[in-house]
Amino acid sequence: MTTATMDPPARVKAPRPGLRTSLRRSWDKYWYAWVMVAPVIIVIGVLVLYPLAYGIYLSLTNATEQNVAKDIGPVHIGASYDFVGLHNYWQIISGQDGDFYPRLEWTVIWTVSCVAITYAIGLGMAMLLNRPVRFRLFYRLALILPWAVPAFIGVFAWRLMFNSQYGVFNDIITHLGMPQQDWLGTPFAQKVAVIIVNVWCGVPFMMVATLGGLQSIPNELYEAAEMDGATPLQRFLNVTLPGLRPVTSTVILLSTVWTFNMFPIIFLLLGNNTTGDTDILVTYAYEKAFTGVSDYSGAAAYGIVILLILVAFSTFYRRQLKSEQV
Amino acid sequence: MSATTHRGPAATAPASRTGTSPRTRKYRPRGSRGRGASVALHATLLTASAVAVFPVLWIVFISLGPGSAWQQPSEVVHHLGLANYRFVLFHSSFPKWFLNSVIVAAATTLLGVLIAASSGYAISRMKFPGHKSLMWTFLITQMFPVAVLIVPLYNLMAQLDLIDTYLGLVLVYCTISVPFCAWMLKGYFDTIPRDIDEAGRVDGLTPFGTFWRLIVPLARPGLAVTAFYSFLTAWGEVAYSSQFMSSKHATLAAGIRTFASDQRADWGSMTAASVVIAIPAGIVFLLVQRHLVAGLTAGGTKG
Repeated sequence: MTTATMDPPARVKAPRPGLRTSLRRSWDKYWYAWVMVAPVIIVIGVLVLYPLAYGIYLSLTNATEQNVAKDIGPVHIGASYDFVGLHNYWQIISGQDGDFYPRLEWTVIWTVSCVAITYAIGLGMAMLLNRPVRFRLFYRLALILPWAVPAFIGVFAWRLMFNSQYGVFNDIITHLGMPQQDWLGTPFAQKVAVIIVNVWCGVPFMMVATLGGLQSIPNELYEAAEMDGATPLQRFLNVTLPGLRPVTSTVILLSTVWTFNMFPIIFLLLGNNTTGDTDILVTYAYEKAFTGVSDYSGAAAYGIVILLILVAFSTFYRRQLKSEQV
Repeated sequence: MSATTHRGPAATAPASRTGTSPRTRKYRPRGSRGRGASVALHATLLTASAVAVFPVLWIVFISLGPGSAWQQPSEVVHHLGLANYRFVLFHSSFPKWFLNSVIVAAATTLLGVLIAASSGYAISRMKFPGHKSLMWTFLITQMFPVAVLIVPLYNLMAQLDLIDTYLGLVLVYCTISVPFCAWMLKGYFDTIPRDIDEAGRVDGLTPFGTFWRLIVPLARPGLAVTAFYSFLTAWGEVAYSSQFMSSKHATLAAGIRTFASDQRADWGSMTAASVVIAIPAGIVFLLVQRHLVAGLTAGGTKG
């Protein structure tokens, strides 16, 4: 199963002798394809690669809000920040800024638990929906609903429900005779809350993706397994899971990346009521860039570190998948 | 419940994977299940649906009450009314934000899907130098955290005089949606047989003509999913729009925070606004939902 998603990163080929002729020849041969991908290349080049290069440059300086170029009225003040080399990275990696490792630890916990729970629930729901059930369309629509609602609205709904004074959860449990809880009060409670909300938002995607995967598993496999006397559990382990592998590997990779970078849920659910304990790396970097005296260089360095972590993870992940498949 | 009766042969085919404890009971046709299993199945699905739907219904419920309804949810039933909607629609900047969001989201969807589709097709059908690294780039681009791009993008947009313009925001959103869409669509195009392309070429269509006249209509499920994704991305994006757009051009996600983020949150308006915002997203969703499963898995797996 060599799918293109499993392609290794293409290595840059060394230019062969006669660069111009070979360029001309390949232009003649491939111009059609290149023209068709040109818009995407331009968009990515201008809006992603250039800012990335600029971000890398910023991360090597000590730029903050105070010393970047700005216009105050008619007066133009030039940039006065300096090149500081890898200082920002050293601050982060050596743990001197005191925030990186705690944030990294929580980010990893957050990502792993969110992806694992979301995948488990998504797979479970997909397997239920894959059976002949009455009202299947109704269930499917209901279960996909969290995906159809923009994330920030879902988050606001949860925030309203978690509210310690007036939230519906407290109404329910006081009716059941239990004491009120401060759902978003302690850092631990906040962490649980953001995970719950993220799972709520993420399950529909998982469910839809795995449902399609389930439907693509040929029925004959199940029949053969049944003929051989496989129990339902054995059928699940030996037919369903292997059959789902192509879908699983893709959705897990995607949702790991998305969760790792999940910005709006944490940012909006907790607003300003956090102690900073619930910040994952991305929200921490965003706050660095936009609250107080904006620390552009520090935020950029954080961004690059996050990117490197993700690239390393996905490279490793795909290589692992490939070696297992052979 | 539903499936206790013995079904005819037509119903058994898709059902063969159910089999709840078949060995302990006496013979039961494939695909049927006991009453207990049916009850459990429906109970689980109902619970899950309730969890999925409840927060959304709760917002609708609160929005129908008076402005302070969120403090006494039990009072809402006695004071049903549309006061919140009236305030949001006629006495706040909400319609302006709404319009801004519609413009930005529609433009992002159109632009994103168009350019993603053509490059997805090129990558799927034509072998050319750089096509593997392009796929890899699409994947990597998804990993860019907001924090690394937002400051440089802001500077870039400022240089181009695109801060606080629709075009600027649309372009920024394209950086999020285009790579994903191209990735998905490439996978979807892979599932369409190449014979169709060849037939088109034999009949004298150019490669682009083949793509536009034959493949695009066939790829509707895939296109629907990517359009849905682009639209939702633009419709609900918070970080960029709150930094890039002034209050005059604020989109919904940024504007609605002014209801909530102040010291005393105006949850009445918040909820009403949320309901109005969710409606277009819901409509788009209903239009594409039948394509979601097909489009998503083809793209996701064979990508």
